[in-house]
Amino acid sequence: MGRGTPQLRNKGGRGRRTFVTNARGPPGFQPARPLTRRKVDTSVKFMKFTEEHEQFRKAVRQVVDNDINPYVDDWEEAGIFPAKQVFSKLAEIGALGLEYDPAYGGQGADHSFTLVLGEELGRIDCAGVPMAIAVQAGMATPSLANFGTHELKKQYLEPAMRGELVAAIGVSEPDAGSDVAGIRTKAVRDGDDWVITGRKMWITNGTQADWICLLVRTSDEGGYAGMSQIVVPTATPGFSVGRKIEKMGNRSSDTAELVFDEVRVPVSNTIGEVGRGFQQQMAQFQDERLIGAYMAVASMRKALDKTKDYLQQRNAFGKPLLANQYLQYELAELYAEVDVLEAFCRTCAEAYNNGQDVTRMATVAKLKAGRVQRQVADKCVQFHGGMGYAEEMWPARYFRDSRLTSIGGGADEVMLRVIALLEGMGRK
Amino acid sequence: MKIVVCVKQVPDTWSEKKLDPATKTLDRASVDGVMNELDEYAVEEALKIAEATSGEVVVLSMGPEQSTETIRKALSMGADAGIHILDDGLAGSDAVATSLAIAKVIEGRGADLVIFGSESTDARMSVVPAMVAERLGLPQLTFANKVEAPGDGTVKAHRLTDYGYDVVEASTPAVISVVEKINEPRYPSFKGIMAAKKKPVETISLADAGIESASVGLGAAWSEVAEFADAPARAAGTIVTDEGDGGTKIADYLSEQKFI
Repeated sequence: MGRGTPQLRNKGGRGRRTFVTNARGPPGFQPARPLTRRKVDTSVKFMKFTEEHEQFRKAVRQVVDNDINPYVDDWEEAGIFPAKQVFSKLAEIGALGLEYDPAYGGQGADHSFTLVLGEELGRIDCAGVPMAIAVQAGMATPSLANFGTHELKKQYLEPAMRGELVAAIGVSEPDAGSDVAGIRTKAVRDGDDWVITGRKMWITNGTQADWICLLVRTSDEGGYAGMSQIVVPTATPGFSVGRKIEKMGNRSSDTAELVFDEVRVPVSNTIGEVGRGFQQQMAQFQDERLIGAYMAVASMRKALDKTKDYLQQRNAFGKPLLANQYLQYELAELYAEVDVLEAFCRTCAEAYNNGQDVTRMATVAKLKAGRVQRQVADKCVQFHGGMGYAEEMWPARYFRDSRLTSIGGGADEVMLRVIALLEGMGRK
Repeated sequence: MKIVVCVKQVPDTWSEKKLDPATKTLDRASVDGVMNELDEYAVEEALKIAEATSGEVVVLSMGPEQSTETIRKALSMGADAGIHILDDGLAGSDAVATSLAIAKVIEGRGADLVIFGSESTDARMSVVPAMVAERLGLPQLTFANKVEAPGDGTVKAHRLTDYGYDVVEASTPAVISVVEKINEPRYPSFKGIMAAKKKPVETISLADAGIESASVGLGAAWSEVAEFADAPARAAGTIVTDEGDGGTKIADYLSEQKFI
């Protein structure tokens, strides 16, 4: 953990009593406390939410409200958040290993609970922290859970699910991002070890990670062949953090460039089959796109709610801004977009639960989430006027953070390419 | 050790609370119900004592149908079984009637400890624990911020006072009420939530508990809401300008208000 990382502080116990508000504003500005707290909305019931889902939703919401949101401003400013402390809180409720094997400390839940988790993490007042959580819970660990050996799971998955070890996923490189086939980081076999050399870029949790699910070339076949996934502990000699990357948004999440200089790890650290890394990683990407879309949808609904509240409280020309039909209809249009996307995501989750191939649905969900989120963020800034442009209030951060959804986890253009290929357009 | 922990479902602290003009009681339908926050500390304390003494925790709640959510929450935190006192005749019960119903149901169940949160965030009277203790003829250790119950027939507590705390001790069975910060309540976990589904919840009506309907409910209340109005909007505060005597002015103000 980086120096100067703000720690969880006791702000008067469990947050609720101190009424720490999430909205910020200039001196003297009364933060826009929600008119009423939104009742848990489960009106769109494509998923069959049971009472257990609602209980779990409330448990996640408690952690978000008490242990995350009150500290987000500090973490954004620091450019990092205390991953282990936050993860251990989430581990308490079982949120870091929902779908994993109970034999290794997982919860044995089905995917519908991951949907609930994603929807609630989307209510975090920044995108950096939920992204980092999603990396731990559903982007860096699925391959290990699905294909790892017993020993590897004991050593790395179990403590990750308890929030004791921070995980990261290493795929992108300085010269290869969405085009995964272009990666050059190499692992050369030397007896019972891999010797790894190369660089990885855009690594979420990069400066605090204890281990990395690393995609490397283990043969010279080129293209999609000859890649493997290897667990690399960051304490291994030869590993170093090249630099922490300053970003437009998601500032509370530490993103790093990582350097591997003859890093030696046992061959037994290979996840699944040698040479099957690309395929395993593609499956892992699907989980990433799904949870990313679930979080984005929930964040959009919250952003629209907050904007609606603000427009109700702010007067101009002798009446609340929200009395303007133009603003009402613009918001209504966006609510409609969010409703459709939420329904699509829930249908997608159900299909995934039923064991269907959701490649296309996950791709569509991710693409549309990114695009709609850009519209929502833009309108939130616009309708807040000057305050929307000021860093003192939330819309500016939301605007910056939202931009990533169309880039991370495969850019919009890659999503379009996948859909085009599935439609028989272009060449594979 | 058998511990009964009493919990109440209250309107979400953050929501706008309203009184129903017809009954002059709280409109519970328009807001989300949650477990009274102080009761979370009571549940946690009960669970900790039970874990240390291989005991059993029974969660008890009196309230309308939706109170089962609060019982389920306590069960998902780890309580073993639930009791729901549910009867339309209980609606509008005041503290006196509530304590009667709770005491009647607890009586004869062999509880070593009965633990409450020290107040509910809706009524805020803090009297039910004492009333229940009185009705059951048990010692009461209220406003505790530390409890030691080793399971040897005694219970010791730090009872908060205006000036510090008193160390009080009693034989069990006893009634305890706890204040916030006594512990950090655990969150219900996914496994806890799934396990709660299978735990038994007994529903008890007035007739089951042998309570006469005339002694509870709105009709039996010792107090009556004559009228009510919205809270007035908060007035602007007083700004004291420091002209070298700011400290004195503030001290004068605090003294005038009897704060110091």
